Amino acid sequence: MTFATLEDLIQQANTLRARQLDAIGAADSLAALDAARVAALGKKSDITTWMKSLGGMDPEARKNAGQALNALKDELSQALDARKTALAQAALGERLARERLDVTLPVLPAPEGVLHPISQTWEEVVAIFAQMGFCVAEGPEIEDDFHNFTALNFPPGHPAREMHDTFFLPERADGTRHLLRTHTSPVQIRTMVGQKPPIRILAPGRTYRCDSDMTHTPMFHQFEGLVIDKATHFGHLKGCLSEFVSAYFEVEAVPMRFRPSFFPFTEPSAEVDIGCSRKGGELRIGAGDDWLEILGCGMVHPNVLKACGLDPEEYQGFAFGMGLERIAMLKYGIPDLRTFFESDLRWLRHYGFASLDVPTVHGGLSR
Amino acid sequence: MKFTVGWLREHLETDAPVSVIAERLTALGLEVESVVDPTPALAPFVVGHVLNAAPHPDADRLRVCRVDSGSGELQIVCGAPNARAGLKVALALPGAVIPATGDRLKTGKIRGVESQGMMCSARELGLGEGHEGIMELPVDAPTGAPLVSVLPVDPMIEIAVTPNRADALGVRGIARDLAAAGLGQLKPDPVEPVPGLFPCPIAVTLAPDTQESGACTQFVGRLIRNVRNGESPDWLKARLTAVGLRPISALVDITNLVSLDRARPLHVFDADRLQGAIHARFATEGETLLALDGQSYTLSPSMVVIADDARALGIGGVMGGEESGCSAETVTVFVESAYFAPERIAATGRALGIESDARYRFERGVDPESAVMGAELATRLILDLCGGEPSELVIAGAPPAWMRTIAFRPERVEALGGVSIPRPAMITMLEALGCVVTDNGGPVLAVQPPSWRVDLTGEHDLVEEVIRLHGFDAVPAVPLPRPPQPPSVLTAAQRRMVAVKRRLATLGLCEAVTWSFMPSAWAEAFGGGQAALRLANPISSDLDAMRPSILPALVAAAGRNAARGFPDLGLFEVGPRFHGGEPGQQTLVAALIRAGARAPRHWQTATRPVNVFDIKADVLAVLETAGVPVANLQITADAPAWFHPGRSGQMRLGPKVLATFGELHPSVLELLDVKGPVVGAEIDLDILPLPKARPTRARAPLSLSPFQPVGRDFAFVVEEAVSAEAVIRAARGADRALIVDVQVFDVYQGDRLEAGRKSLALAVTLQPTDHTLSETEIEAVSSKVIAAVTKATGGTLRA
Repeated sequence: MTFATLEDLIQQANTLRARQLDAIGAADSLAALDAARVAALGKKSDITTWMKSLGGMDPEARKNAGQALNALKDELSQALDARKTALAQAALGERLARERLDVTLPVLPAPEGVLHPISQTWEEVVAIFAQMGFCVAEGPEIEDDFHNFTALNFPPGHPAREMHDTFFLPERADGTRHLLRTHTSPVQIRTMVGQKPPIRILAPGRTYRCDSDMTHTPMFHQFEGLVIDKATHFGHLKGCLSEFVSAYFEVEAVPMRFRPSFFPFTEPSAEVDIGCSRKGGELRIGAGDDWLEILGCGMVHPNVLKACGLDPEEYQGFAFGMGLERIAMLKYGIPDLRTFFESDLRWLRHYGFASLDVPTVHGGLSR
Repeated sequence: MKFTVGWLREHLETDAPVSVIAERLTALGLEVESVVDPTPALAPFVVGHVLNAAPHPDADRLRVCRVDSGSGELQIVCGAPNARAGLKVALALPGAVIPATGDRLKTGKIRGVESQGMMCSARELGLGEGHEGIMELPVDAPTGAPLVSVLPVDPMIEIAVTPNRADALGVRGIARDLAAAGLGQLKPDPVEPVPGLFPCPIAVTLAPDTQESGACTQFVGRLIRNVRNGESPDWLKARLTAVGLRPISALVDITNLVSLDRARPLHVFDADRLQGAIHARFATEGETLLALDGQSYTLSPSMVVIADDARALGIGGVMGGEESGCSAETVTVFVESAYFAPERIAATGRALGIESDARYRFERGVDPESAVMGAELATRLILDLCGGEPSELVIAGAPPAWMRTIAFRPERVEALGGVSIPRPAMITMLEALGCVVTDNGGPVLAVQPPSWRVDLTGEHDLVEEVIRLHGFDAVPAVPLPRPPQPPSVLTAAQRRMVAVKRRLATLGLCEAVTWSFMPSAWAEAFGGGQAALRLANPISSDLDAMRPSILPALVAAAGRNAARGFPDLGLFEVGPRFHGGEPGQQTLVAALIRAGARAPRHWQTATRPVNVFDIKADVLAVLETAGVPVANLQITADAPAWFHPGRSGQMRLGPKVLATFGELHPSVLELLDVKGPVVGAEIDLDILPLPKARPTRARAPLSLSPFQPVGRDFAFVVEEAVSAEAVIRAARGADRALIVDVQVFDVYQGDRLEAGRKSLALAVTLQPTDHTLSETEIEAVSSKVIAAVTKATGGTLRA
């Protein structure tokens, strides 16, 4: 095909342009668009054919015609790209619409377990005393009379022994009976026998008394603290416990009352009350003018030191004992001791602690 | 120990109000358990004067009284038989709360007649048991005056006495402690001897063995004849009632009074029922006695009895006998005031199961010098209240040796107590307690404690007394010095225990804490229940065996939760398991169970019950956390009998069994009354290898290969009995340098295979380290894998 004049070509090109743009605009799929591309710019397309025919034109007209056709080619090419993008977007939009899910559907639960309050409290107490240089010590729960009583200055037949409601195991071949430890204090003995002062230990663990009612369970947890060196006195005992109470209950300056009491293995002995308020049935530690007993303590009795081979003229120190459940109940508002041991899932989930809720002193003990 | 403030004031000169006294008692270690002060409750009551009492028009037993309240006349309907004109009464006006009932009084009509107040009985006022009629006040009581101004109201204090403070089991001892602490002055109270009018006709002997063993070292007696034993006077009855004792008769009440007042137990015999002399001796084997509590006791030769020539009369220091006791008819009384050794009384009381006030005091330690004082004081009271003529005292034996001198270094108070107290102040305190202090100016004081402080035996006791009287609250609190370099607080094993608990919780298991003891049937089903681990005195018969495993308790807990509507759960416990009755024969284990559905009913997945692989995965996760090289574990199918024999196993590392796991045996579930399946495991934490001590915490150098790993899949057909582990182990071992991982991605057993065979599909990963593997090299390794599996298991490549 040849063109009579440049004007003729331009006129024809305009007609072609309109047709091709319409075709591109009408392509409604990538396949249709590809067909439109072939029709517009392919080897057999009009433009390609016309470009080839330009050779017959005079140079001036050929130059102008070439420019015009190239401009048309560019325009069609852009229109094709634009159409392709639009089609891709439409296809994506359609796919996304198709892929829509109801995200309000509930997910598969990933059940998180919990730690028992006793374990959590164990870690809290350890974290606090760790700062004061106490190491965790352990001892057996089946004990002999020597470690549970005699070495702790409970003379045979002493009424204080009877107050312990001891569980006994059957008589052994030598006529003696082992028992379930009634307190964690035997760990004091085992530590002092096995290790030279200075000693700072914390001994948490299971203890047993043959007693069961609203406020007693036959098994419970105590922790025992023991400090032995050459200079620690009753004032340090007060300082140490006051620091513990404030750290544990996370209340500054909890009022404390040290009452003289009696334990065979300490002298002087004291029971310790902390200030609290019970207004409206809600217990608040550190406020108000009521008292709440939380622990027993005292200076280690010279007979106990002697029983462990330590010279009371050279060594001295203090010991204290507390109920883990009791302080957990006070801090976390758990009303009934017996529920600790019922393994009721609802209780465990309510009073338990998340697996990653690790108590540290630097991070704030608890939430 | 209960007493009233009025009683205390008989021994203590003080104006301190009851609240101050109570506070000081607690600060002294005589912890106040309760204070019952009726004064506030009685505040609204006034003295009323009955002007006249006329019959009720509509009721025979009622009277209509006109009563002057001091501020006006009231009409009161009253049912008391003693309501009469002229009486002074305790009058409650409308609005008053009646102490005994807690009811608020209102004006109302009784049988149609208006009653504008109430005349109260002693019981209604909480002042006693008298309910025969309304209280009759003294006729000179001023009408309209507050009731408390004309009534002796005496607040009661109850204290808890620690076992070392035998001296505080008497009101005088309590008074002495308060005075020593600076609250009031102890009143002098010498007990004057009562001269005897005739020699005591009853001889007293101590059996030689009884005296020499120290069981009973002194017996003081006295006969009083021509007494009249009747009701005690009101003051004595009121005193005993106020502290919760029931008045019985004057003679018996007097012994109780002395016991409470002086911590000095006594006994009174009806002398006309005695035959011959009185003896303190050991009981004979099988000797029986009907005691005052109406029970008959069989005695043994370690127990001291008080006997006459014919028979035992009472259990010395524990309880008197019924037959020789005083009654209303008693006219001749023999008073016993003896000393018994504390440990002997404790053993006797425990063996016989008798709790008595006498035992309570003697086993804690009665003042060894108090026998004569007790007899004299009782005599004086008997003569005052019952009349009679006293004999001379008869005394056998002597008080036990109790005198001791303690070398006391005052500087020990500061060294142990952390408080500085001047030496003269210490001496004053010790003297106020009754000690004799000799100060020769040297560094050591010689201190003789008084006879009644049997607990003061060494220097540390005196240090405690000084700090106690000074006040524990006055000791300054001093921060415990911190060690410069805090040591490692937890051992590696303790650290691991904490990590294991937290890992188990992340796996979705809830931590339980269960008893260390369980029914012996459970223990036996789990390999325990041996005699050495049976409690001699279990809290209940179903908690009688120390547990050989934690699993039964967890399984039972799962059953209880299922019954509450929570059948799908996982529980764990980390605690001891016992394998012998000696100290140390326990192991720390982590026990875990899963029950019910592992996957819940959910739109995304099919539900399924828990299976052995769930618990195996849990165990592996825990072992991994505990630092066990899990790749080296051998798993064997030989778990203990409480597991399903075909669905359980043990994890071993060398010769050690680290864990057992599996589905619980159906018969075990039946025993525990729990519906299955339940899967469980126990991990022996004590046996797990601990990390070796290393000089640094630096880790081994990390070497990373730049070449891509290559995977090849194989399917082997093996005999059904061949364990997957054997196949995996063989495949892994085919080329230790290149094969880094072998996974089973399919298990098939069915029609397309010969019976008794199964197919295991393995994905083997090769990791080259120095060059990219050629196809030939990969083929060579594949051949080695096939050869190794065939050799080890007889397996063939599946066509």
